Amino acid sequence: MDIPEVKNSWEDEITSVTIGATEEDGGTRSSTVTIGGETAAPFLDFEGSVPNRPALGLEVWDVPPEGWPSLLKEPIEDVMNDPVGWARKYEEEFDPELLCLKLEGCKPGGKDKSPEEAAKTVEKVMEATSLPMIIWGCGDDDKDNDVFTQVSPAVSGENCLLGTITEDNYRTLAALGMADGHKVVAESPVDINIAKQVNTLAREAGFALEDLVIFPTSPSLGYGNEYVYSIMERSRLAGLKGDKLMGQPLMANIGGEVWKAKEAKAPEAERPGWGEPEKRGPAWEATTALNYLQAGADLIVIRHPKAFEETETTVDRLMSDKD
Amino acid sequence: MILIAERINTGFSEVKNALENRDPAVIKDLARKQTDAGADYLDISLGAASKDPEDMVWLVGAVQDEVDTGLCIDAQKREIVEPALQTCQGDALINSTTAQEEKMEELIPLAADYGASIIGVTSDEDGSPQDVAGRLQLASTIFRRADSAGLEPDDLFIDPVAMPLKYMQEQASNLLEAISQLKNLSDPRPHLSLGLSNMSSEASERSLINRTFLVMAMASGLDAAICDVLDQKLINSVATAEMVLNNEIYSDSFVETYRMD
Repeated sequence: MDIPEVKNSWEDEITSVTIGATEEDGGTRSSTVTIGGETAAPFLDFEGSVPNRPALGLEVWDVPPEGWPSLLKEPIEDVMNDPVGWARKYEEEFDPELLCLKLEGCKPGGKDKSPEEAAKTVEKVMEATSLPMIIWGCGDDDKDNDVFTQVSPAVSGENCLLGTITEDNYRTLAALGMADGHKVVAESPVDINIAKQVNTLAREAGFALEDLVIFPTSPSLGYGNEYVYSIMERSRLAGLKGDKLMGQPLMANIGGEVWKAKEAKAPEAERPGWGEPEKRGPAWEATTALNYLQAGADLIVIRHPKAFEETETTVDRLMSDKD
Repeated sequence: MILIAERINTGFSEVKNALENRDPAVIKDLARKQTDAGADYLDISLGAASKDPEDMVWLVGAVQDEVDTGLCIDAQKREIVEPALQTCQGDALINSTTAQEEKMEELIPLAADYGASIIGVTSDEDGSPQDVAGRLQLASTIFRRADSAGLEPDDLFIDPVAMPLKYMQEQASNLLEAISQLKNLSDPRPHLSLGLSNMSSEASERSLINRTFLVMAMASGLDAAICDVLDQKLINSVATAEMVLNNEIYSDSFVETYRMD
């Protein structure tokens, strides 16, 4: 008896999103990165085409991170007071596809840096580095709108990925993205219906669906990871079946959630049976990343360099020619 | 849901006049409006107004000058269908063959040769059976014939024939039952389609009957319909049914998002 043919054929293609602009495209980056473009389920290149490798970025902050476990601070001890040095170090030592600059310092309850300061930091970091850049707000809607109003034009034409728009706050960032030539991250809180709705709202505001990346938030392994796994999976299959509002690349930004988990950060003295934290922490982050890759993530922002390296190796393996 | 838009039909006097005067503006306007409303195919019918293949070719050309939507060539004679297929640049659907041997012989190989899909209506020389079993039998005859001509199930649309509710009220439940059984005709299954407007022929509240029946038929397994896509309430009902059937992911703007798909 013949083994039945189980491979699917899909009707539609996930959009391709390019981040970064070289001199030729009116920017200053030395490279660009393109994500998405699949006509197959994640890594199943026998079903269709998986033209772009999932991209991995490393996270840099504009202020010295408070509350990070020592394990996370150790690789950046010499540079964490200096976002420029931090970004350059990551670019030179780990060679990620892109960097994600988080403007944590703008948080109203924290350092409350001004939009002008934020724009200066972004400009300096971009001058000192050559990789495509994700710029991530502090998470306060009003402040982020003020901050991006300065930051976005300051790096106009660089084709950055700006994050994030949400169901309640999308007009400002969508308008800035269009005016200054950036891509935008559409965020929804572990909710596929809202993910679709945010995309609808962005489109109604005139923002092209082809310039969006879906971010359904990214809980850590052990803390709701599986919910977003199934959301990503369902979004991707709907996109491949022709749902234009679910046909965008997916992203995860995992550091913030992973490094809240005790499994990632607890010192050995506290949890003697759990093994060395130096291996356990990055392994927790890399495993979280792997789950999102399998669910369909096209872009993952990672915090610990070791987790980044581990995930790069995994992507190499998943993308290698198996024939 | 595969929506086949019915308005480019010489049964409508504006279309008939446009054809006679070779005035493409009306045709283009209908092509554009129906496409914007969500049509996957535009049915093009000469109706009783003409038997001239050149008229069909002219209509196809006028539509293609405006949109690249799939075309549903509504004719049952090779001499009209073939020139239209030769002119058609995008997806084509032949509307239709019956289960009559000479019709299948004439049209199914044509679909295979031109990479077109075809609607197979469950009728034969004795007319359209009203019972479930008769519909299934003719559907199987058409399916086997299409399969042996090399058509994929995805290229075949079975139409189990909608009959006017006003005059044949008991037919509606037979039709729904036939649809649910036809779902199991093969795996993968062919599409199941209806000429929806027949359902409400000469009745009052036509739009209400059409959209109510369409939703019930979708729940039974119908996945295509020749219908008036300009009937906004009909399309809203389709959008809602697609969501209820979990074929579309819910969002607060589900009606608008369905229209843009």
